[in-house]
Amino acid sequence: MPTVSRYFIRTGLVWLGLGFTVGALLLFHKGLPLHPALWRWLPAHIELALLGWTLNLALGVAYWSFPRFLHGAARGPAWPIWLAYGLLNAGVVVGALGPLLGAPGWLLAAGRAAQLGAAALAAAALWPRIKPHGR
Amino acid sequence: MPALTRWHLRTALVWFVAGLAAGVLLALRGWVALPPLFAALTPADFHLLMVGWVTQLIFGVGYWMFPKESSARPRGSERLGWAAYGLLNAGLLLRVAGEPWLSVSPSALPRLLVAASAILQLAAGWAFVANTWRRVR
Repeated sequence: MPTVSRYFIRTGLVWLGLGFTVGALLLFHKGLPLHPALWRWLPAHIELALLGWTLNLALGVAYWSFPRFLHGAARGPAWPIWLAYGLLNAGVVVGALGPLLGAPGWLLAAGRAAQLGAAALAAAALWPRIKPHGR
Repeated sequence: MPALTRWHLRTALVWFVAGLAAGVLLALRGWVALPPLFAALTPADFHLLMVGWVTQLIFGVGYWMFPKESSARPRGSERLGWAAYGLLNAGLLLRVAGEPWLSVSPSALPRLLVAASAILQLAAGWAFVANTWRRVR
């Protein structure tokens, strides 16, 4: 498995654990109330579980397992996918912690823009690898 | 395909159908008078699809396809894998039963079911992380 895939998947696992932890706290609080301020963590739960976990896992596995090139770098240049990794997870951190810490709107928008940049870079890196084996 | 993966995938398919069936019920609310119990299905419905279907599918395929941990323990701890399966699905079942019940009758039993559901699903998530971490290599 390439290094960047290991980073994507392990980061996804961390977001899975944290997303489940926050979600469990919220659900527990629904049954047996702990503290009313816990509901402020709902955006963090959604961000970690929905985007942090699934996107990191999907991109890491895709970069690892899609058909490789026969000539040159087997998976194409590495920098776009590394940049996608950084932008995606910067966006996840801003999206999870921003609403909780009362971050300004421009920062939340920048976090979403970083995730958009990650999606564009990952799409550009993976697009030519969606091909029959042996071509 | 290992037995644990088959259980994960088949159970995921059951939750997938159940989640969409709950979605149909929720969509009927504007047309048909349903008991208030069904009106409270929205969070459980979303989690049936995201936890029961999507996450469970990933758990099953990950257990099957990720690189082997070692020749002695190719898929990590089988016991931990089964624990993640049991905890996830028991937790989800308790949520589906307890959360709508709590919304119409906030008594002790549904409160306990919902709190227990949270603990079981939390344990399932971290069990999967612990069992998978070393196979990401």
